[in-house]
Amino acid sequence: MPDLLEVTDSGLYCAAGDFYIDPWRRVARAVITHAHADHARSGCDRYLCAAPGKPVLRTRMGGNAVIETLRYRETRSINGVTVSLHPAGHVLGSAQVRVEHRGETWVVTGDYKLAADPTCATFEPVPCDVFITESTFGLPVYRWPDPSTVASQINVWWRANRDAGRTSVILAYALGKAQRIAAMVDPEIGPIVAHGAVMKLVEAYRASGVRLPSIDRVPPRARRVGGGRALVIAPPSVLGTPWLTMFGESAVAVASGWMTVRGIRRRRSVEHAFVLSDHADFPGLLAAIEASRASRILVTHGFSDVLSRFLRDRGLDARPLATRFTGEASPDAADAADDDAESDADGGEAVLP
Amino acid sequence: MKAFTDLYWQLDATTSTQQKVAILAEYFRAADHADAACAVRVLCGGRRLRAVSTSQLRQWVAEETGLPEWLVEESYAHVGDLAETLSLLLPNAEPANDEPVSEAGLAETIDRTIHAIVGADDATKREVVTATWRRLVPQSRIVWHKLITGGLRVGVSRTLVARALAEVAGVEPAVMTHRLMGGGPADAAEFAAILSPITTADDRRPYPFFLASSLEQNDTASVAEELGCVTTWQAEWKWDGMRAQIVRRVDDATLWSRGGELINEAFPEIIAAAATLPPGTVLDGELLAVGHGAGDEPMLLLGFTALSRRSGRRQVPRKLLADVPCVFVAYDLLEHEGHDIRALPLDDRRRRLETLVPSCFGDALAGPSPTETCLFRSPLVTADAWDELATRRGESRERGVEGLMLKRRTSAYGTGRARGDWWKWKIEPLEIDAVLLYAQAGHGRRAGLHSDYTLGVWDGDRLVTIAKAYSGLTDEEIIEIDGIVKATTIEKHGPVRICTPTLVMQLAFEGIAPSSRHKAGLAVRFPRIVRWRRDKKPEDAGTLADLRRMV
Repeated sequence: MPDLLEVTDSGLYCAAGDFYIDPWRRVARAVITHAHADHARSGCDRYLCAAPGKPVLRTRMGGNAVIETLRYRETRSINGVTVSLHPAGHVLGSAQVRVEHRGETWVVTGDYKLAADPTCATFEPVPCDVFITESTFGLPVYRWPDPSTVASQINVWWRANRDAGRTSVILAYALGKAQRIAAMVDPEIGPIVAHGAVMKLVEAYRASGVRLPSIDRVPPRARRVGGGRALVIAPPSVLGTPWLTMFGESAVAVASGWMTVRGIRRRRSVEHAFVLSDHADFPGLLAAIEASRASRILVTHGFSDVLSRFLRDRGLDARPLATRFTGEASPDAADAADDDAESDADGGEAVLP
Repeated sequence: MKAFTDLYWQLDATTSTQQKVAILAEYFRAADHADAACAVRVLCGGRRLRAVSTSQLRQWVAEETGLPEWLVEESYAHVGDLAETLSLLLPNAEPANDEPVSEAGLAETIDRTIHAIVGADDATKREVVTATWRRLVPQSRIVWHKLITGGLRVGVSRTLVARALAEVAGVEPAVMTHRLMGGGPADAAEFAAILSPITTADDRRPYPFFLASSLEQNDTASVAEELGCVTTWQAEWKWDGMRAQIVRRVDDATLWSRGGELINEAFPEIIAAAATLPPGTVLDGELLAVGHGAGDEPMLLLGFTALSRRSGRRQVPRKLLADVPCVFVAYDLLEHEGHDIRALPLDDRRRRLETLVPSCFGDALAGPSPTETCLFRSPLVTADAWDELATRRGESRERGVEGLMLKRRTSAYGTGRARGDWWKWKIEPLEIDAVLLYAQAGHGRRAGLHSDYTLGVWDGDRLVTIAKAYSGLTDEEIIEIDGIVKATTIEKHGPVRICTPTLVMQLAFEGIAPSSRHKAGLAVRFPRIVRWRRDKKPEDAGTLADLRRMV
């Protein structure tokens, strides 16, 4: 019997149901795990996503895209294949895709994290036979600090900058992490200001009912916005551009899981770094894999070779699965999975001949 | 340990030299003298403390964490720093547990957890190491791992430490640099002595080496324009050996490497010859390996590979002493009749050198002049015009030297690498186009990026490796090549990726030497990448025959 899901030139394909999950080419029917550029490409005839993610996907796919939704855990039959979406905890509306056909169940995680995030539903384990997991941070050196610890680190940094009359600029993906940071920090410290790319998605988050503190858009050609007291949230692509100069003296920090490693921190040449990721850390990946109770594990983007070998060492049937997803996979791509990179997110880490 | 850990991370957080000096000075002012003495030695890269092997550490981390050893290796390949990798892998210590060790100072920590286990049996070592892991928070753990594996690599040079200590002591940086030569202070008392505002001559310490800068433009016209009248310059061959100082004092003679290490044991014949010098003499020169010709044959240079068999030894077997005899070729006289004469003009120092060291190395090489001594002065290369000097420079490769040294005749013997008076006029490197065959992730700033390349050339219809090169590309190019390496990987051997040959690099090098490591049977010396030849395909790369023809 052929596998229920297989990788084709256009993406992860379910032949029985004739649909794709996060295809990287234009196809008739795409089930979308989340709206990051390497998972959601424009130009498909129809999209299916989790209901809370619709406004976000709309900002990415444009006003004319046909977007259908499912509530989390609601099932739908596509050509006789049962499909449902389950919280992945990655960003607003992110979903694991459960696919069931003839008594066999597959789950595609997309990107996910286990830690609590005030801006999206928490990851829910979904039992299955075959579990297709990401592995962006699939090395044991990646273990996240508690998000509340990171929140207080950001607050301490912001407060110290404010007291010195310096603007705090924090670089984070426009979709997901930017909103998460806005919701994590203490808004009493000062005004929160966002880059236009972040702001577009803040509005989409609000449209889905996510509560965020008051965030100001940066007016064009302004000077000393926030008077040296503000926390500015912007995508990494602004680094080294004149855009940053409008805040006067500023301190710049990056928030990313890669900041765990000193060498990568130094390469990014920013003064400060916070370890904050919307992906699962190594223990998180192992916990999710165990909770799936799957007998077969397929490992996609990231450290797929390493993680699958580790799982095989532990007696599991695991192997890498080559896809074109990038996740937070390249610490050197300033804006991987960022909306500015939307036009072409091909050529990611996991592409093997 | 806490003060030193803080120092480490403060230094790590800045790239500004001035700020580093300020941070160091602040630390030295406040630190306990025993700790400060330790810190100076560690920061100056003194003798490695290494009490356990890195493979033991990896193994114990694997056992403590329950991770397979290959995964520890994969992690290391990604992180690019062993001390950090181990710290990240180990379970977090309870912060409260840090107290006993963090309250102990650097000196005590090193004594208790590192010196104490040198030579101990493995079980004891393991017990001390794992107990220390449990006591230290990850920030201190990284620093401690760096101590126990040797090498702090925090971007602090001996010069910076000297500048900071000079500030604290209120003396000139050059004086402090001199006080730090030869390994740094051994204990609290020596640290206190180093901070003395009064300058006294030390008995055995070498002087800080004065270094030459490379000329930016190598063509004769530019050199002539930059340096002016040729007769105001003294020219010597730039020998391909090891820079060293002979310090002859009343009691004994000592030999020091440029890194400030005492290397008497590796060169007993030089020490014996140095004993014939009058006390109160310090010579700056070059150690060279030579072959003695039979009978009246002249000496011949054996090159750096031969010399490296001698250097770094604690004991030299008789056979090696006979196979690879070494000589000391003096350039300069720094101390004469007990007086520091570094401030005198070079011409003066040279005249005194010639009376002290009568044998000229040029005569020994020109032969036949069988000689009993192994102490020479460097021959001068004389010319009345730059063009003439350029012609002599053209002989360099044939002579086995790296080019010419140009020193202003009026120059004092300075410290560090002050520009203007001493120049290296090196010969142009050899170049070949080579194909990238293997790649490995780098370290430090290049952690996790495939930036270390093994390159090869054609031998018939197969590519054979000739060099491993680490540098020469921009960060952007390395990131791009990293992507290509990942996409063209054929096979992975641990951290090494074997790639489909697609990339051609222009490789500069200084010569070839036999090699058992490279498939070609030879390796190029000082290989570095000049540029990425995007315009070339692997089939356009050079051949082994090309390489042999060049040298």
